Amino acid sequence: MGELTETENSNKRPAALLWEISQGSRGMYCAACAALLISVACNFTMPQLIRFLVDSASGVPASHMPVISSFAAAAGLGADFAERAGGLATAALLVVAVAAVGGAFTFTCRWTLACASEGMIKRLRDRLYSHIQRLPFEWHISIQTGDIVQRCTSDVEIVRNFASNQLIEIIRASALVIFAYSVLFPMNFTMAAASFAFLPVIFFYSAVFLRNASVSFLAADEAEGLLLAIAQENFSGVRVVRAFGRERYEADRFAAQNELFAELWMKLGRMLSAYWGIGDLLTGLQMVAICAVGAQQASRGGITVGEFIVFIIYNSMIIWPVRGLGRVLSEAGKTFVSLGRLREILESPTEADDEGASELPVKGDIEFDRVSFSYQDEPVLRDVSFTVKEGTTLGILGTTGSGKTTVAHLLCRLYDLGDGEGEIRIGKVDIKRFKHSHLRSNVGVVLQEPFLYSRTIAENIAGLSKNCPIQRIKDAAEIAQVDSDIERFAHSYGTMVGERGVTLSGGQKQRVAIARAILKGTPIMVFDDSLSAVDTETDARIRAALKSRAGGVTFIIISHRITTLSQADVIMVMESGRIVEMGPPAELERQGGIYARVLGMQRLVEGDLAEEAGGA
Amino acid sequence: MRHSDENYDKPFDIRVWRAMWRFFKPHSKTLVKIVLVMLLCSVVDVLIPLYQKYVIDNFIFPRSSDGILRAVAAGAALMAVQLAGTVIFTRGAIQVEMGFSRDLKKACFDHLQTLSMSYYSTTPVGYIISRVMSDTDRIGLLVAWGLVDLMWGLSYVVFAVAAMLALDFRLGVWLAAMIPIMALVTVWFQNRILRHNRAVRRANSVITGAWNESIMGARTSKTLVIEDINISEFGKLTGGMRRAAVRSATWSAAFTPLMLMFGAFAIAVIMARGIGYVAGGTMAFGTLSAMVSYAINIFEPVRQLSNIFSEATATQANIERVDALLKQAPEITDSPAVVELYGDSFEPKRENWEPLRGDILFDRVTFKYPDGDEYVLENFNLSVPAGTCVAIVGETGAGKSTLVNLVCRFYEPTSGRILIDGRDYRERSQLWLHSNLGYVLQTPHLFSGTIRDNIRYGRLDATDDEIMEAMRLASATRVIEKLPDGLDSDVGEGGSRLSTGEKQLLSFARAILANPRIFVLDEATSSIDTETERLIQNAISKILSGRTSFLIAHRLSTIKMADMILVVRDGKVIEQGTHRELLREKGYYLRLYSMQYEREMLPQQIRRP
Repeated sequence: MGELTETENSNKRPAALLWEISQGSRGMYCAACAALLISVACNFTMPQLIRFLVDSASGVPASHMPVISSFAAAAGLGADFAERAGGLATAALLVVAVAAVGGAFTFTCRWTLACASEGMIKRLRDRLYSHIQRLPFEWHISIQTGDIVQRCTSDVEIVRNFASNQLIEIIRASALVIFAYSVLFPMNFTMAAASFAFLPVIFFYSAVFLRNASVSFLAADEAEGLLLAIAQENFSGVRVVRAFGRERYEADRFAAQNELFAELWMKLGRMLSAYWGIGDLLTGLQMVAICAVGAQQASRGGITVGEFIVFIIYNSMIIWPVRGLGRVLSEAGKTFVSLGRLREILESPTEADDEGASELPVKGDIEFDRVSFSYQDEPVLRDVSFTVKEGTTLGILGTTGSGKTTVAHLLCRLYDLGDGEGEIRIGKVDIKRFKHSHLRSNVGVVLQEPFLYSRTIAENIAGLSKNCPIQRIKDAAEIAQVDSDIERFAHSYGTMVGERGVTLSGGQKQRVAIARAILKGTPIMVFDDSLSAVDTETDARIRAALKSRAGGVTFIIISHRITTLSQADVIMVMESGRIVEMGPPAELERQGGIYARVLGMQRLVEGDLAEEAGGA
Repeated sequence: MRHSDENYDKPFDIRVWRAMWRFFKPHSKTLVKIVLVMLLCSVVDVLIPLYQKYVIDNFIFPRSSDGILRAVAAGAALMAVQLAGTVIFTRGAIQVEMGFSRDLKKACFDHLQTLSMSYYSTTPVGYIISRVMSDTDRIGLLVAWGLVDLMWGLSYVVFAVAAMLALDFRLGVWLAAMIPIMALVTVWFQNRILRHNRAVRRANSVITGAWNESIMGARTSKTLVIEDINISEFGKLTGGMRRAAVRSATWSAAFTPLMLMFGAFAIAVIMARGIGYVAGGTMAFGTLSAMVSYAINIFEPVRQLSNIFSEATATQANIERVDALLKQAPEITDSPAVVELYGDSFEPKRENWEPLRGDILFDRVTFKYPDGDEYVLENFNLSVPAGTCVAIVGETGAGKSTLVNLVCRFYEPTSGRILIDGRDYRERSQLWLHSNLGYVLQTPHLFSGTIRDNIRYGRLDATDDEIMEAMRLASATRVIEKLPDGLDSDVGEGGSRLSTGEKQLLSFARAILANPRIFVLDEATSSIDTETERLIQNAISKILSGRTSFLIAHRLSTIKMADMILVVRDGKVIEQGTHRELLREKGYYLRLYSMQYEREMLPQQIRRP
């Protein structure tokens, strides 16, 4: 029992998401359904009018068709309309009027439906986007970008298709069938039964076929994926292909897969042709059956010409929606899979501030108090304690994997410390007590591989804010020594970054990111190896400019380049998650430890050179 | 800008289609078959209302069922013909669709194998992919199904009008007169709908970009605390998307009812006139019924015809792009005389190839990239005797690959000559040079498939023993040791199942297997673990012996292996000599060297106990 409810629950959950995002569109959906019913009713009235006119002309008494004749009478058409002057014109007008009302409601239905579904999808997209923005950094590094983008685009598109087409198609087809047969059965039971008998056959035939064909569709899709991969690898690896002279080999490989893909589709085509052919045959046989039963009924006086015409027209109105229903339903099945995949994203917990998180000033000394941290069970920091006095500069020297980047990540709470992993304080306040956004607004971090948005350079430096005065942007760029580079671009600060604009070099990117951090003007600034792609002279100029402009700012500069660190107040050397050496540079140099040795490398180089050159 | 696909607004132009002529030829038989079958199908479709007329006039109205069996048999026969028609045209159309796009894809791919490196370096891979994969699909789709719709629509309209006029000329004229109006309104609407759909697609691609950015830039967005700005900007995008989608849906929503109104007008005319005729006995009831059927049905073929027209116009954009790709001339070609003697890349005449020794001479070479405006080499002379190892050093982006590009003949000198074994390399075929070349890229490039496939890329007829020997020389055997399927292990798309270091070792094995006379290495800058690093150094030293080699080098150990070092700055060779000579100069090389020294020594210094 327990298991049953469990599965039931998980099956319901995707539908629940659909229900949630429909909030705000539900009224529109109801309106669309109402309009749909009215338009279907109008579409069904037209053949009835034809029947009335035809049967009146052939002398069938009005009493034989009470509903439609009283409707016609109300519109000014007596049973003797054909003899009266203007009677036929009135009849024609009535036909047009009914069609016009039906058309107006068809339009209303589709338009409200578009508003409803597009609104719903906008809400879904916005919700996904803001949720992803607020998901913790840990989530972001655990996922595959391609997979998530795929979900946010293709899966959303599948849901959109369901919300805007399939749902209403299913309702419409059902409404058509119910309307049609509730009129046809009372009109002539035998004929209605003959026509109705075909529907389940047509419906199940297409549903079963599509289910069986899905394997072949999948195989064709896979073949196409492989073909795409071959093409992609060839174009992106063109140097390898040419350098090994493998043009012929590649062409043959592509041709073989190309042939296979086309072959699979042609096979699928043979299946599809049988499917459509038999569908056509069933539809046609249904029409022939109606004719045969109609003739038999007519010979017994059970049906009039007008009624027969109604049968034929109604039948043609419902047959295509019913034939399409099998496809629609099988496609709609995919919607729930997609909803489940989206739900998975939306259910990942977002970055939450602790209760009572504050916006107290982020000011004062930075303290790491016995901080240990593991990432995926690998210890990255082991019992690290240090203090950075307000307004001073800490330099961290370390190699890849020493844990120096983790220090930066922890300080701006991209990761949070767990219980028993120590504490990080700024001005004696545990950083967990700050709101995430507040803390990060006060701790500026420049990353080694900074990300630039595909906007203008000015917007990038201004942190996407649109109303930042250009002079401030230029000032920041000047400090970061990137102003002259930017001025050389075609549209200077208005130049777009990325695919639609210029490609910046690694060093330029780093300097733009530094300018961005400078403009943000935070009291604490962390440079995480963010000068690595900048040459030593520019590096020195940036540091000098920073020092003279940013009084009172606490700096943490992480680097593997010793000259970048030499002017720090305190230097900390890290290795394998531990602090191995720490102190003012002059002191460290005196002590003759690691820092002193690394510093002496300049001399070592020269010694090495002398040795090499001398060996000549 | 030249890669932009937006806003194609040219009228229909048959000349554009003529470019596809040669691709039609192989399918001409099937195409003719489709035309004939569509004629048949439309005849059946026009006959159905007539069949109903027959039933009404002979059975329903006279209230008789005499001879109904014959009528049923005739109806069933008609449906059997329809079945056959549908099966034949569907098969034919899918065959043409897939065959046509297959041939186009093949032609594009083959042609791309001949295009020069300058084409690839200025054209994004995504752009080429969409030419080869999607544009060709669209063209195939239109050729096959466009023909189906065109033939059916056209012949249905013609036959139906003929039938209406024949049945009752008085009514038929009225109905026929409505068709051109219907067609005009449809074309007008279709164009608008198409334009709005395009706007929706544009909005959609912007949103896809925003998704990418939101995930790639997550860390930066967090540290800048601009989540809210991002969210509100995205809200604007989706708002724009919603407006565009609703606007597009509004036009489509208006179109169908409008078309149904035409049907209603037609029925109104039939009723206003026809009922009188029927009552007056000048027209049969069945005729009235058939007229009503035609009035309702004629809308679909007219819609299809106008749709075909707009689709065909839109597909011209795809055709022009594919045609431009096929007409793109390679910048580097072998002269006819060279092809005559040595063969081309697809049909080489290996028997005429001279063995390559590996003496390379740059003789007053001047060079500028096709898309650049500055000469990066001017009157450059360099003699590299066979077996020499040349290291090229310089900062990232300094233009270190230029010399390698020229040696590999990925580009040719703007003026001057490059001699291999004393002869201008343009006197031999490109494949001759490339078959003697081993190349290891900075970012190793593997192909989907097994490890064996990837190594064998170096020499296609290599045995497993030879492959294993190459892997041993490249210290790459440890890559397969931990894989259960050994050489048969799948490397994943682009080698995604292997680490960068492993991919590098495999690419060395591939180059070793090729047993090249000239070896080119673009060394990786990214750091890999020390163990792999050691193995790679080992592989490099093995592969260099006895070969002319060009190393784009970063690491001190690699640089020191060289017999000759070229120092590149801002695209130009500024210093040249042996390691010792260059150090004595105390120039730019010394600065580069000390920076690299610092970078490499730091871990050692820190780790030293």
